[in-house]
Amino acid sequence: MDDKLAAKLRTLADAAKYDASCASSGAPKRSAGVDGLGSTSNGICHAYTPDGRCISLLKILLTNYCLFDCAYCINRRSSNVKRARFTVDEVVSLTVNFYKRNYIEGLFLSSGIIRSPDYTMEQMMLVAKKLRREQGFAGYIHLKTIPEASPWLIEQAGRWADRLSINVELPTEQSLKELAPEKNGATIATAMGQIKERITEAKEDKRRFSPAGQSTQIIVGADTTTDASVLQTTSSLYKNYALRRVYYAAFSPIPEASAILPLKPPPLQRENRLYQADWLLRFYGFTPEEISSGGDNGMLDLEVDPKLAWALKNRHRFPLDVNTADREMLLRVPGLGVRAIDRIMTVRRHTTLRLADVARLTSGVKRLLPFLITLDHHPTKLSDRQDLRRLLVAPPRQASLF
Amino acid sequence: MELQRVSLDKGADLIGFRKAVRGLVARKVPPDGVIWNAGGETDFFGTVIDEDAPPISLSRALGTMVDQVICHRDPQRYAMLYRLIWRVLQGERALLDIASDPLVHALEMMRKSVRRDLHKMHAFLRFRQTADPDGAERYVAWFEPDDYIVEATSNFFIERYRGLRWSILTPVGSLHWDREKLVIGPPGQRSDAPESDAFEAAWRSYYESTFNPARVNTKMMRTEMPKKYWLNLPETQAIPDLVRSAPARVREMIARGAAMPVKRNPDRAVAAMAQQEPQSLAELNNLIAASEPLVPGADHAVLGEGPEGAAICFVGEQPGDQEDIEGHPFVGPAGQVLLGELTALGIDRGDVYLTNAVKHFKFEQRGKRRIHRSPSTGEVKHYRWWLMKELSFVRPRLVVALGATAALALTGKPVSVTKARGERLLGDWPGYVTVHPAYLLRLPDEAAKQQALMDFRADLEKIKALAA
Repeated sequence: MDDKLAAKLRTLADAAKYDASCASSGAPKRSAGVDGLGSTSNGICHAYTPDGRCISLLKILLTNYCLFDCAYCINRRSSNVKRARFTVDEVVSLTVNFYKRNYIEGLFLSSGIIRSPDYTMEQMMLVAKKLRREQGFAGYIHLKTIPEASPWLIEQAGRWADRLSINVELPTEQSLKELAPEKNGATIATAMGQIKERITEAKEDKRRFSPAGQSTQIIVGADTTTDASVLQTTSSLYKNYALRRVYYAAFSPIPEASAILPLKPPPLQRENRLYQADWLLRFYGFTPEEISSGGDNGMLDLEVDPKLAWALKNRHRFPLDVNTADREMLLRVPGLGVRAIDRIMTVRRHTTLRLADVARLTSGVKRLLPFLITLDHHPTKLSDRQDLRRLLVAPPRQASLF
Repeated sequence: MELQRVSLDKGADLIGFRKAVRGLVARKVPPDGVIWNAGGETDFFGTVIDEDAPPISLSRALGTMVDQVICHRDPQRYAMLYRLIWRVLQGERALLDIASDPLVHALEMMRKSVRRDLHKMHAFLRFRQTADPDGAERYVAWFEPDDYIVEATSNFFIERYRGLRWSILTPVGSLHWDREKLVIGPPGQRSDAPESDAFEAAWRSYYESTFNPARVNTKMMRTEMPKKYWLNLPETQAIPDLVRSAPARVREMIARGAAMPVKRNPDRAVAAMAQQEPQSLAELNNLIAASEPLVPGADHAVLGEGPEGAAICFVGEQPGDQEDIEGHPFVGPAGQVLLGELTALGIDRGDVYLTNAVKHFKFEQRGKRRIHRSPSTGEVKHYRWWLMKELSFVRPRLVVALGATAALALTGKPVSVTKARGERLLGDWPGYVTVHPAYLLRLPDEAAKQQALMDFRADLEKIKALAA
């Protein structure tokens, strides 16, 4: 690969790295045709960078020139960052060559806005179309969709992509107005609504339109929104747009920062707690209000995970008997995950569980001790201890290097 | 009973294990009565297994468990699997459901470990490009799996790289694919694989650039990508430098603080963004013509026709066979019915605007014939934005929906023609709903056809009056 292209790759990968979504799962099962290339999987991470994040897709921007001026973004038009632009063919060739060497599961393409949202979206769509049509590429394609682009471009993009996503970026309309002047909450909502409708219709017709669904990203820590409010937004996003995932990106200090946003370390633990809360919303039957009630003043407890935080504030509901409690209630027990509970429900039909049995079904035994009764474990004394929280809080970790 | 000794081949000897299990079960040998030798050496004291012992039937779940655990490197795997099979055959039918049973749990952990090994092989194997003696490109990888998974992994790589020639070399065996056939070969050596690849530098650049120095978390990285794999992952050479320089990079970033823009604001370009939508019917038509069909069938669009500012706009369903061939709307049999009736009312083709809800002919090829297929609701909606935009340029006094598809396209909601027939608002447009002329052609009963035609004529007269 020539040096000029390599330099572009550096610039445009660097510019794309603040988007957290990297999933390559959820696409229908496909495999390469006779002369084709690629297949889909349940999500494979081909490498991990020292920030602990996985590389599953080639995550790049088509260009980081941008006419928008979003304060949190390194590529905003007022930033002095170095700029570059790939041609459609360069992205196609890079994707194919990386894929052939088993570096990636596919492409995650995003872009700064050049000329117009329509023009940009069309270029991105062309990349996906060329990969599918000319390269017989059956791997994963995720297109970051530009909500300001005309609806017909979304209609087209969904044909080639496995996933479309539109970032809501900021959890409230107010923050969006302040930090992303060219963006508009209503436009974003309309485009997400359009995608949702098309996905549902295509599923009914057994046609292909963004078969791995749509996702979004919320930046956390760039404004003053509370976790409670973020979770409310998330919950209504899942309900209204049938999103597959909401990603949370702790606002990270960027080079060439804007003056409106203070430079401070990213709130990584907060991001982590929000992901845990997100899981509780989707798989554990928690409401956003219940999760928020585990913390204080609308912020999640940073010391303990949100499920444990809720349990500690609702101690009158525990301990539960692992051999008789309903599935819905077991889902509330700290230390028990969905899979462990599914197994417990099956095993319960054949035998009565002891603590050692439970220990073989989950790795979270330490946390569940005060909350769960088994044939040989009755934690009444432990459950009633005043200092239970202190017992369960993990010893403080070494502070990060700031 | 005397101890039975069973010798199996090295690796995942599924055939040998199956045969042994049949023989042992036939002779009612309990698990404690067997010594398993998985080393691949011939055991001179080994028991000769009856070649013709009857097959035993195992549940699918149990079969899958055997297939997967047998790949595990633990020499105890055969004994454990036989114990599991024995207990199931002795009456513990639901044993696999009892995940808390120590044996089931132990086997489940082994299965998990095999799956993880497979997953890591799918993830961390790196191909390097080389050439076959005939000049054709070949991709070769060296990988060291923990378990006996080389054969188990072949389908994954075939499905993914069917169109390439590739070889995977490991210390326990090799796979070679020539785009048609898989050959399982002897163990290879690291030195048999190419030493470098033209894209490795680019890959490493990508790896370095996608790393965010403000979020260092090497523990997470090591958990997911253990060091034992690093030797075969070219990008990991970058890790020490990335980790070492990260704190300084972040400190420098923070110290530099906010930056003032050095370029002036591109006000004109920003303002021009608002003008992105097509500014004329011709521009819109160019867009439609250049786009991919959103229905299966034709490869080109049939655009609307007629003067901008026409008093009446007729919206049909989609172009048919004839329209698709000629490239004009309403030139097929149904179109001729409509235009014939309009002529009788003194309206020429050139006086009205004619278009369709869906701009491409959706059909199914049957031999030489192209059979019309009605577009689904979702497909109609794919085209809605174009129709709305088209109407905004034509600005007719009256929009006529010919049939249910057109009414759906105009309103965005399903509309029953029988119920909605007549004058009504279609979206923002004063409109009129009537049947599609193709409906008149399809009626088999002559009397009914005459009646329908009379009704259609009456509609067209009202339409003419409304648009006047």
